[in-house]
Amino acid sequence: MKQEIILAGFGGQGVIKAGVLLAYAAMKENKRCTHFPSYGAEMRGGTANCSVIISDSLISSPVIGEADTVIAMNEPSLIKFEPRLKKGGLLIYNSSIIASKPKRSDIELLAVPANEIAESVGSAKSANMVVVGAYIAKIKAVSPESVKSSIPIVFPGKEAFLTININAIDKGMAVVK
Amino acid sequence: MNPDIIKYKTGEKILLKGNEAFAEGTVRAGCRFFSGYPITPQNEIPEYLSWRLFEVGGTFIQAESEVSAINMIYGAAACGARALTSSSGPGISLKQEGISYIAAAELPFLYANVMRGGPGLGNIAPCQSDYFQATRGGGHGDYRIIVLAPDSAYEMGNFPKLAYDTAEKYRNPCMILADGLIGQMMEPLEFNFDFVDVEKIPTKDYVVGNCKGREMRVINTLHMSTDILEKHNWDLYRKYEKIKSEFTLFEEKYTDDADIVIVAYGTAARISMAAIMKGREQGIKIGLLRPITLWPFPEKIISQLAQKTGKVLAVEMNTGQLVEDVQMAVNGKAEVYFYGRPGGNIPTGDEILGVAKEALKMKNVEPGRINVLNKI
Repeated sequence: MKQEIILAGFGGQGVIKAGVLLAYAAMKENKRCTHFPSYGAEMRGGTANCSVIISDSLISSPVIGEADTVIAMNEPSLIKFEPRLKKGGLLIYNSSIIASKPKRSDIELLAVPANEIAESVGSAKSANMVVVGAYIAKIKAVSPESVKSSIPIVFPGKEAFLTININAIDKGMAVVK
Repeated sequence: MNPDIIKYKTGEKILLKGNEAFAEGTVRAGCRFFSGYPITPQNEIPEYLSWRLFEVGGTFIQAESEVSAINMIYGAAACGARALTSSSGPGISLKQEGISYIAAAELPFLYANVMRGGPGLGNIAPCQSDYFQATRGGGHGDYRIIVLAPDSAYEMGNFPKLAYDTAEKYRNPCMILADGLIGQMMEPLEFNFDFVDVEKIPTKDYVVGNCKGREMRVINTLHMSTDILEKHNWDLYRKYEKIKSEFTLFEEKYTDDADIVIVAYGTAARISMAAIMKGREQGIKIGLLRPITLWPFPEKIISQLAQKTGKVLAVEMNTGQLVEDVQMAVNGKAEVYFYGRPGGNIPTGDEILGVAKEALKMKNVEPGRINVLNKI
């Protein structure tokens, strides 16, 4: 198994951290993983993305050419990363704030109203957890248990939001079921 | 030592960025003094140490400039501390004057260059632009720096111990040459060495400070007498020759049956492995020689592999620096190829496999001459 995932959004949406959470869960399952963020000139409101690779065998390059999955949290990310998907790859997009439709017909689409779901569980900021839930339900790269048990380590000092985050993951998974 | 300061157990699996792993590794290896000045893509090193050093009773200083940072390191090293600074290309350039002084004074210390695109301000993307600067000393005068090139978060975390021990053994500065990708990438690692109790590090017999009850020592690099300086230069030379004969590290992969050997370090070596694995699936036999010490350079093994395979391909993220050392090691006895991606662009495994195939096909190539395989 090898999954190459690009997570993208605007700064503040938590795409980098969502990627770390997936990587951490993979490590817990004794899988190989790498997480490579866009770095440097990013800021709140600007664009941010990260590349996460989860694999059963050695990962030589953490840089993704063609992705198996793209998770786009806002419109510019959809425009930028839709072309980077492999044929037959999975595009998860935040339909709460992305008005336009993806263009390609050779990929699988999964629309997730991440902001609405996040607000329904108590915090708009948990939209990143919603798409993580949808992703692990669709592509079983890591188990929900590994992801949920990694939350306190990846988000230290945010114990007050633990339940909200877990609910957001569950609701995200429910979108797929 | 208060056991509470040991953050991670030896062998415990953790997920950190290369920069963070390096920072924790230095503390674990006994670093208690850092001074530096911010620059991307190494900022996680000072950021991490700014809180971590205080947990272990160390000192963290964000200096007003790189020049001031390196001279604080000179002072700390002269007093016997395991001192550390880190930067990226432009900042390392500014530190070169101080590094030359410290090398001349034969003081051990550790520094990291997390390389970015150059020359000039260049950009902040991963690059291997500073190989020449690292392996040729970098600053003025006749000196050498021990250079280690990690290719993973694991090596970023574990090389500091090796670096400090080696630097102190030879009384010589040691540097870690990483790049933006190795620094920024997060991957699982574990520490392979126990947390060093700094109180148990033996006091050095050449350091200054606390001289009550003993004769004063002087650390100085000004030698106005030409005879004294010439002797100092030859003393240094003998030391460098000793390091060369005793401390050369490299990793060899799939070289036994290889028809061509890739020589690459750091990120370029990691990506070359992708090419090698894919090549093997297609029946193409490529081997890898990854220098871990860039100085001393593993010239003997490269010379042997070159004579065995007849073809050597240097892959770098620049326009050709390490390839000159490869060329010298090969010494006219094999074909030398080069493929490079400068400017912060990272080659793909497929790209490298493509050029390796091309090099394998080439005939009647003059041995020893560098054949650039980029379409320029």
